[in-house]
Amino acid sequence: MVAFWILAPVMTICALGMLFARKAVHAALLLAVVMISLAVLYLVQDAPFLFAVQIIVYTGAILMLFLFVVMLVGVDASDSVVETIRGHRLFSVIAGLAFGLTLVLGVAQVSFGTAIGLDKANKDGNIPDIAQILFTRYVFGFEVTSALLITAALGAMVLAHRERLTPKPTQADLAAQRLRDYAEKGTHLGPLPPPGVFARHNSVDTPALLPDGSAAEGSISRVLAARGTVKSAPAIAADIKELDMPGTGPQEDS
Amino acid sequence: MSTTPFIVLSAILFTIGSIGVLTRRNAIVVFMCVELMLNASNLALITFSRANGNLDGQIAAFFVMVVAAAEVVVGLAIIMTIFRTRRSASVDDASLLKY
Repeated sequence: MVAFWILAPVMTICALGMLFARKAVHAALLLAVVMISLAVLYLVQDAPFLFAVQIIVYTGAILMLFLFVVMLVGVDASDSVVETIRGHRLFSVIAGLAFGLTLVLGVAQVSFGTAIGLDKANKDGNIPDIAQILFTRYVFGFEVTSALLITAALGAMVLAHRERLTPKPTQADLAAQRLRDYAEKGTHLGPLPPPGVFARHNSVDTPALLPDGSAAEGSISRVLAARGTVKSAPAIAADIKELDMPGTGPQEDS
Repeated sequence: MSTTPFIVLSAILFTIGSIGVLTRRNAIVVFMCVELMLNASNLALITFSRANGNLDGQIAAFFVMVVAAAEVVVGLAIIMTIFRTRRSASVDDASLLKY
């Protein structure tokens, strides 16, 4: 019971955090905390097999799948705060709270009696006993599960597969495209400028500076710009002024 | 060890999951909240299994986990397909079947 009273507040807080986390990655990590705590609660309640399955299947496989999809979908897929239906958020919270209150009050009024415990049911050990039931009474359900898993695997492959409709561009095609861009739009032919041209700012979030002191757009990654973590040019203006001062050169800076 | 606190915790987690499904707009987070609801029901199943002294509840929880794994695979593939065509993971943007 000690484990329950320690883990229950942690789980509730983490689950509430999922509601308020702006980024999907944060929600996934909070969900991982909830799932591992649930696994410990399974262990406390004499279910060591489900403890292992919960850790391996849920936190190991399903959450990693979630994180993969979050990475594929990208960082700019954060939640919009605009309500599409007016009052929708308020009413859904009210409906959810009413549902939860009914559920909790109803459960609290039922007396479940004293728990019998699994000591008798687990007399050969939890896993042999589960196998005994699974392969006798529930064997048909177990077989049907295999059909479900095959269908799910096939469905995922069909959905995630993409036919290539156009031939893959070769290096010659890319070079020709680059020259065409140069001829028509005047795009720079060579590689993009590297970020961070100063000795003290060589991180990728510092834009390179053009001769007139403005930041070069092409020198920073598009993803960093979307995240808004790019250092602005005015923030490094003091360093530029220092370099401009007579008598001090870039060599003496270190 | 009493039964009621576990069931109340399960009800609270289920409620939080359902509120998340109703309020969040990002399809991935909505999916995570569905997983939270499945986990909450698993906790209730295992608690009842201990309260009744037989292993049927644990078998049911095991089947719920199997179905959840299959559901997540297909669901995330659908979300990725929608993202690929619409460049958005918001549930509001997938409204082509509305009219």
